[in-house]
Amino acid sequence: MRWLFHIGRYMQLLLASFRQPEKGRVFRALLIRELDAIGTQSIGIVALLSLFMGAVICLQTAHQIGGWIPVYTIGFTVRQTMILEFSPTLIPVILAGKVGSNIASQIGTMRVTEQIDALEIMGVNSAGYLILPKIIAGLIIVPFLVILSMFMGIGAGAWVGVATGVSSLADFEYGMQVDFHVFDVIYALTKTVAFGFILTSVSAYHGYYASGGALEVGRSSTRAVVWSVVIIMVANLILTQMLLN
Amino acid sequence: MIELHHISKSFGDHDVLKDVQATFERGQVNFVIGRSGSGKSVLTKCTVGLIEPDQGHVSFDGRNFTALSRRDRKEIRQEIGMLFQGAALFDSMTVLENVSFPLTMFSDMTASEITKRAEECLERVELGDAGKRYPAECSGGMQKRVGIARAIAMNPKYLFCDEPNSGLDPQTAIVIDQLILEITREYNMTTVVISHDMNSVMEASDTIHFVHEGRILWRGNRTGLLAGGVPELEEFVFASDLMRRIRKAGQI
Repeated sequence: MRWLFHIGRYMQLLLASFRQPEKGRVFRALLIRELDAIGTQSIGIVALLSLFMGAVICLQTAHQIGGWIPVYTIGFTVRQTMILEFSPTLIPVILAGKVGSNIASQIGTMRVTEQIDALEIMGVNSAGYLILPKIIAGLIIVPFLVILSMFMGIGAGAWVGVATGVSSLADFEYGMQVDFHVFDVIYALTKTVAFGFILTSVSAYHGYYASGGALEVGRSSTRAVVWSVVIIMVANLILTQMLLN
Repeated sequence: MIELHHISKSFGDHDVLKDVQATFERGQVNFVIGRSGSGKSVLTKCTVGLIEPDQGHVSFDGRNFTALSRRDRKEIRQEIGMLFQGAALFDSMTVLENVSFPLTMFSDMTASEITKRAEECLERVELGDAGKRYPAECSGGMQKRVGIARAIAMNPKYLFCDEPNSGLDPQTAIVIDQLILEITREYNMTTVVISHDMNSVMEASDTIHFVHEGRILWRGNRTGLLAGGVPELEEFVFASDLMRRIRKAGQI
């Protein structure tokens, strides 16, 4: 029954977070800082992973198709894999590791060093001050990172395909366009928004309720990553079933 | 003036505070002393609303703080300054930003007015040249002084200090004690200091409340404290060899 306790407390924290921010000017400054921390500082890792994944998917597909499967299938497969699953699901999972642990340890350290108590004593809504800008930044910036990942992965697939001679650029481009549905992108971005919310809020929850000392902050950071990933995976299944049916 | 009316608090089966009643007077440094685990910190947290008491209520100048909603408490909270045991400075901000923080959040002052006020507060604690440093670059004593500067930035009516001298050398501890005493007089605040440091008690206290096993067992002043009479209090006050030697030598 302990999971029920956590769900209840998580919902309470979300309610507290979404109370009216203290001051618009302060909130905007915090939001910009979080957009930078979650977004700008993650561009490198997102780009790197997407480039390699796109390239590898291209080579694997080329290896799998026999003489009777058209070569444009390579472009089609790279596009579908990047848009439908790699970028919208695995990029948030990677961000859960990078950004989620950072959020949990930052808030957790503030908790154990009484900085959150200091905020409360001053009359600041600590949940709103610390968590809401992170959630909003996650909702805004994670879809952008995912779009970046899609372009980088598909681009890398095309480049490697042509460079290694497994596909011509024309075949790859044709495969990229064949049977393309805009809904696939909408589906992917819808999932992404949900995952951006999950990875920021779940990580913040684990940090906010950290107690003890440095060891516990480390544990809360680990829990934040594990639970963010688990919840993203469960949500992925549910959203896929809902959106594709 | 802060009044505690029949405050009780339990965690599970453990009764931490038992029907505590106390009055902390304006313009005075009110010490709450007691052994570790006696309930001092929980008492403070109940007083400032970080923990909700199971029974009883707290009044700030006649205003029932406990009965107020979170939103209504905000007004009183902005009249409270607090110095934490570990200073609790925001480590992502400079010293100046730390002191400016409550003003940025709650005042209608312009940015230059906020900076001016924060610099005044830092000057008051003799840290006028430390504004650009980060808390990690400051010593323990400096961090405590920055904490005091932040606590007084909003001209509070009430100041709470949780173990203000913990981790400080005796000379720095005296500086902090003197500072607390001076700003209490200067701002005519109701100051509550949680401590188990007898030097600090003798240096800066106006009134003293002795907490033992969740109850206020004794209240009085420095003279009364040394006169003894309550066994638990005597045990606490004269726990150190130095205090016993002083008493034996007839100095007290």
